[in-house]
Amino acid sequence: MLNVFQIKKDFPIFKNNSSLVYLDSTATSLKPTSVIDKLVEYYSKYSANIFRGVYSLSEKATEEYEKTREKIAKFINAKSKEIIFTRNTTESLNLLAYSLGRKIIEKNDEIVTTIMEHHSNFVPWQMLSQESGAVLKVINITKEGNLDVYENKFKIQNSPSDSEGKMTMKNSRLINLNDIITKKTKILTLTYISNVLGTVNPIKEIVRAAKKINPKIIVIVDAAQAAPHKKIDVLDLGVDFLAFSSHKMLGPTGVGVLWGKYDLLQEMFPFNFGGEMISEVFIDKTFFKEPPYKFEAGTPSIAEVIALKEAIFYLEKIGLDKIESHEKDLVQFAYRRLKEEFGEKIKILGEGNIEERSGILAFNFYHIHPHDVAQILSEKNICIRSGHHCAQPLHHFLGITSSCRVSFYLYNNKEDVEKLIEGLKEVKIKFKV
Amino acid sequence: MSDIYTEIILDHYQHPRNFGVIKNPTKKVKVANPLCGDKIKMMIVFDKEKVTDVKFNGVGCAISIASASMLTEYIKGKTKEELKKIDKDFITKMLGISLGVNRIKCALLSLEALKKLL
Repeated sequence: MLNVFQIKKDFPIFKNNSSLVYLDSTATSLKPTSVIDKLVEYYSKYSANIFRGVYSLSEKATEEYEKTREKIAKFINAKSKEIIFTRNTTESLNLLAYSLGRKIIEKNDEIVTTIMEHHSNFVPWQMLSQESGAVLKVINITKEGNLDVYENKFKIQNSPSDSEGKMTMKNSRLINLNDIITKKTKILTLTYISNVLGTVNPIKEIVRAAKKINPKIIVIVDAAQAAPHKKIDVLDLGVDFLAFSSHKMLGPTGVGVLWGKYDLLQEMFPFNFGGEMISEVFIDKTFFKEPPYKFEAGTPSIAEVIALKEAIFYLEKIGLDKIESHEKDLVQFAYRRLKEEFGEKIKILGEGNIEERSGILAFNFYHIHPHDVAQILSEKNICIRSGHHCAQPLHHFLGITSSCRVSFYLYNNKEDVEKLIEGLKEVKIKFKV
Repeated sequence: MSDIYTEIILDHYQHPRNFGVIKNPTKKVKVANPLCGDKIKMMIVFDKEKVTDVKFNGVGCAISIASASMLTEYIKGKTKEELKKIDKDFITKMLGISLGVNRIKCALLSLEALKKLL
């Protein structure tokens, strides 16, 4: 477990809200002092526009801005020129639906997505398919909360290299996409980690299986819930595009990242037209810059991009592997404790994957509406999310309208879980259940 | 926002008034709360300008159900002109609690339905 007591000291929000129990990092994360200071540094020391000025303040700002691009590239094992700054994951995905989708999707083509997507990786593709006459196919989930892409049989690998010299059996489940991916499937777009179920999808295996059926398929990954919590290597995953947000990974709001393979980025339409994305403009025609600048029209969120690298430094200082296992421990502890206290009266969504899930736990409590649960918890300064979490197709699929959701990050600990349980007991009392 | 779950709110939530269906309403409407996906249906019978019956149904949180229950109780016997005057402040006073900017949407769902019925 991480030293949460020490970590909390880096987050000034805890000083200003002494009893805060923040369990909504899936919506947005809290910010460490180093990130906040970096924002102030830009505004107080070199708040010039980037790229355009030849004076030193502008050069300093440009340099700081571009250093974040380099940092992000290293963070996901990519090249700097493949990193595009957007406003958020939503904009990154919409950019793809527009600039890539409208370039390559034609009538009767197929776009495949999943039922566990956030609306931002669902609606843009639904709209695109309706406009173009393409077919939108949706991968469902199993009752355990996993994507329904696994073969029933297990592949059993014998690995004799166990430390005690024993034969160990390692189960790795085979992916079968034969019923869903075809030669006509041009785009497969899916989330790395479900923002409701916490399910971690086997991206690498899915990419491999999809490209085996159709080598030309383009795979897009929504990594909004993954980038803050686990190490990502885009080359190892074998994906073509990946999107995530700064604000969910300790960075400022207003910055999203889109990574894409360079040759694909070159082929795509620009997204917004205007300043900074052109190379030459004439009365009758315009030439555009090469990626990534082709996709970065107008003055971006300069301060926020600059400060994002401080968030990455912070995550690397703590260590993403440690953060990931800390959250896994916490979510399993929370599951156990909630079940101990409330048994069948607390219904966890996707209960089958507790061992492997990321630090997200969505649930329904008795028959009390999630808004009411969250409201009563808020009286004790416990912040949880209630609603459909921008995943209505998933909620409909599960036969519910809404749910409560708690999520953990590096500044949470078991004490937060116990406070949540105390809060839920209050909810019971208030609603006399 | 110390205690919004007052006795009266919980009473209307647990025993909503005018909950059900009217077979031949003058008008009916369905509204949805984008926050949580809850839906409320409301149906109304007018005798010329006057409301003679109103009912609602659907699922919702304590605030949205209590608000619909109290609002439907109030509007029976009122005229369209009187109902047009109902606004956000009226709903807040009727509920007798203070709600945050996000949560107020739950309380205003039934008002949205009523406005569509007028």
